[in-house]
Amino acid sequence: MENAANRWTDQRVETIVANLLRAGVILAASVVAFGGALFLIRHGREIPHYGIFAGEPGDLRSLPGTLGGAASFDGRYIIQLGLLILIATPVARVAFSVIAFTLERDRLYVGITLVVLAVLVFSLAGGRF
Amino acid sequence: MNTFELAILVWLGSLVAGLLGSLTGLGGGIVITPLLALAFGVDLHYAMGASLVSVIATSSGAAAAYVKEGFTNMRIGMFLEVATTVGAVVGATMATRLPASRIAIIFGIVLLYSAYASSRTISAHAAAPPDRIAKLLRLDSQYPSVEGPKAYHVRGVPAGFSLMFVAGTLSGLLGIGSGALKVIAMDQAMHVPFKVSTTTSNFMIGVTAAASAGVYLERGYIDPGLAMPVMLGVLLGSLMGARLLPKTRTARLRTLFAVVVAALAVEMIYHGMTGRI
Repeated sequence: MENAANRWTDQRVETIVANLLRAGVILAASVVAFGGALFLIRHGREIPHYGIFAGEPGDLRSLPGTLGGAASFDGRYIIQLGLLILIATPVARVAFSVIAFTLERDRLYVGITLVVLAVLVFSLAGGRF
Repeated sequence: MNTFELAILVWLGSLVAGLLGSLTGLGGGIVITPLLALAFGVDLHYAMGASLVSVIATSSGAAAAYVKEGFTNMRIGMFLEVATTVGAVVGATMATRLPASRIAIIFGIVLLYSAYASSRTISAHAAAPPDRIAKLLRLDSQYPSVEGPKAYHVRGVPAGFSLMFVAGTLSGLLGIGSGALKVIAMDQAMHVPFKVSTTTSNFMIGVTAAASAGVYLERGYIDPGLAMPVMLGVLLGSLMGARLLPKTRTARLRTLFAVVVAALAVEMIYHGMTGRI
């Protein structure tokens, strides 16, 4: 009986999460496409230099920098914002799993999922040892 | 070639890669980096950053379709994610320290293995007795079939967990999803039913890639101008692939794609050895 109830909660939470993920991906793709259009209108005729690795400027590597650039309608920063939304989708899925396992009172898996979430947060904070 | 022309060509190439990747089950991400580096002369680090982003897009984009089928085993996925995410951070950190030529050679070897793995047939597992560790971790579950829910037992947890660490490391080191290796770890080492392995792997790919993405972002590997056409192309291609899949005979396509992947592998290894990457 208990197992059937778990399965039901699993399936329900999973369906909600799957729909959220789809919405997240659609939002991310729309933001990237909008930023991409702005970027190509402004920089489309320039010659790209992707052959040499220089690393992105500091602003494009942090959330505040990206938000600041996007607010001033710079295409590259709007694309980067869309990419950040995209990267957030699997993180959100893990966060929702914490809730799902908590509802099921599955302490072992709440713990395991929190470990995964901690690794993700560590990486997104820069991941320097 | 100016930025606009490059964006259009990269978008088209990514669309085809996403389409073929989804039709063959190999994933589009694995050919993006060689395509960008070999055909467009893009620096390996930027290529890996763009590829990694596209991996997340296909994983999250496909999730809704997979959940409806009811095959994904969240406990197996989440438990193994501990290994893949830690591996991904280690791999991504290695990527920032290894010379590009060395990464290109490792990339080529992984491509060769993927081409070989995709050409093998799937083996059915005999019903296994319950395993102590799997029971402790509550990994055993059931999946829907035409005759109703079918129970399965998982085994080989330490071996599967170790292989997942390797899969995560390669994912972070190369900016790929490592889907092929993840499926092998679950299907071969842990005897998870194939359909459960593939859908659970799709969930894991996105989380693993997100673990690498933080490191890639902070080191400046993700260039918006390049990631934009790659992400939009691969996403559209893989969604088209999912639509076409039920109507397509994939056997010949898989062989063709395996040959393309093998050719890219040889090129990557050659370029890495001669120091051209």
